Amino acid sequence: MHTISELRKKFVSGELSPVTVFDEAIATITAKNGDINAFLAVFTEARDEAVAAEARYKAEGDAAPALLGIPLAVKSNILIKGKKASAASKILENYTATYDATVIARLRAAGAIFIGATNMDEFAMGGSTENSAFGPTKNPLDTKRVPGGSSGGSAAAVAMGAVPAALGTDTGGSIRQPASFCGLVGFKPTYGAVSRYGLMAMGSSLDQAGPLTHTVEDAELIHSIISGTDSYDATTLTKETYPEVPVKDKCVFGVPRKFLADGIDQDVLDTFNAHVEKLKAAGHTVVDIELPIFEKGLAAYYIVMPAEVSSNLARFDGMRYGLSVEGDTLLDVYQKTRAQGFGKEVKRRILLGTYVLSAGYYDAYYGKAELVRTKMRAELAEVFKTVDVILTPTAPTPAFKIGEQEDPLAMYRQDIFTVPVNLTGVPTLSIPMGTVEREGIDLPVGVQYIAPHGGDARLFAIGKKVYDERQ
Amino acid sequence: MTKEEVEHLAKLARIELSPAEVETFTTEISAILEYVSTVKDIAGDSADTAPTVGRHHNIFRKDEVTNEPNSFTEALLAEMPQTEGRFMVVKKILNTDA
Repeated sequence: MHTISELRKKFVSGELSPVTVFDEAIATITAKNGDINAFLAVFTEARDEAVAAEARYKAEGDAAPALLGIPLAVKSNILIKGKKASAASKILENYTATYDATVIARLRAAGAIFIGATNMDEFAMGGSTENSAFGPTKNPLDTKRVPGGSSGGSAAAVAMGAVPAALGTDTGGSIRQPASFCGLVGFKPTYGAVSRYGLMAMGSSLDQAGPLTHTVEDAELIHSIISGTDSYDATTLTKETYPEVPVKDKCVFGVPRKFLADGIDQDVLDTFNAHVEKLKAAGHTVVDIELPIFEKGLAAYYIVMPAEVSSNLARFDGMRYGLSVEGDTLLDVYQKTRAQGFGKEVKRRILLGTYVLSAGYYDAYYGKAELVRTKMRAELAEVFKTVDVILTPTAPTPAFKIGEQEDPLAMYRQDIFTVPVNLTGVPTLSIPMGTVEREGIDLPVGVQYIAPHGGDARLFAIGKKVYDERQ
Repeated sequence: MTKEEVEHLAKLARIELSPAEVETFTTEISAILEYVSTVKDIAGDSADTAPTVGRHHNIFRKDEVTNEPNSFTEALLAEMPQTEGRFMVVKKILNTDA
């Protein structure tokens, strides 16, 4: 296991070559991907960039760009010019991206090497990567189990030792929950901190891109490169958007106790409580808080998200790109293409979204859900007057078995702690908090730190102290 | 939620569904709708509050071409299922043969 900061030091000193690391990464993928299925495409041609990086380190040393020669895996709903980007959907099986996403352009400018596109739940809809049109990804820590989702391929790519870090996207927990299931750090930035240009839109008011890494330091480094105002995404923040959120040496943590009362595995709760005790022992203050509206966010999420999904996925028409199924008329082509191109979960969410947006139901569902979001934001703002960081487990369970969760509603409940965060747009960091045992295997579970809008730096600072500097 | 309603939704969403799909989606979407309906109680009486979008606001730019002409044309054409020269082939909307 390499971290980015370790690789960087060794690249600069000459102890390790980007070419060696690239070749090792390809060897790891070759050996393990047949079983794990983390990667949908591997870009072996990128070796030339590793060769060029080696030469640049010899010439420039520490003056070389921050990520020069660092191999990264990228979720396949993020566009890399000239590379296949399928979002794990049949409808985009043969689609080649025609431009770089802003996050990709920025990582490229920083010298990163994109080694492959990772598996995911189709169009990022799911929490297990079982909804991929190209087969599920297995959790490298226990291959009977899922890696989480929807960024499960990205998480597995890091956890199986192929790459030091990967990019994911998070609409309702899709970076944090796989990070929790695979023992990694996962970061979902403040909404608007990172440009969505070149990300395949799922829920446009919820989506953010972020890193999956081994350390908080690495997550911070990647975030610092991909974040910032972008003229191609009008929702990106400027320095003035939110008031400054100061970084603190000792934090007041708020725990929404009632939120944790049911639906959570007892040993996950025990691990969480032990984490709380560790924070207290380290000199932080932990208080109980109440978030009566925030904790019911899941119902609002499963209205807002499908509504946005049904609008965003209307673009797949079998005309301009992607799969096209022959039919007599335009309508026929639409209906057949979308029937064959989309998987079950995608269809389910499009239909649900179509329903909640239809005349007569809009006010009762979408209108109410948006109102709940407004109330959730107000409630959070009130709580953040007295606490610096809110603390919850990232997911109510450790990684579950492949095929275990069949009922869609039960699967949605996996997201109970993560979706309120996207609905309100605040930043959140998931770090491993310990392990719980299932059938003789210790499985990691994560804890989620939530800060006010614009408080990304506060999370990195406290995360480094608690996780990177742990004994 | 009835089967007829699901069939109507599928038509609106431009997705052809098999009878089996209609069957399962009717059950599943009913269950999901029952659950998400709780937002009505959570939102409460909306008379005093209107939904907001936080601190985000509209940002406008000039409606002008920002890239070199034709710089994406070949790549975009290559992605199209059916082309004729530099044009995309689109299906007719009405079937006039019948």
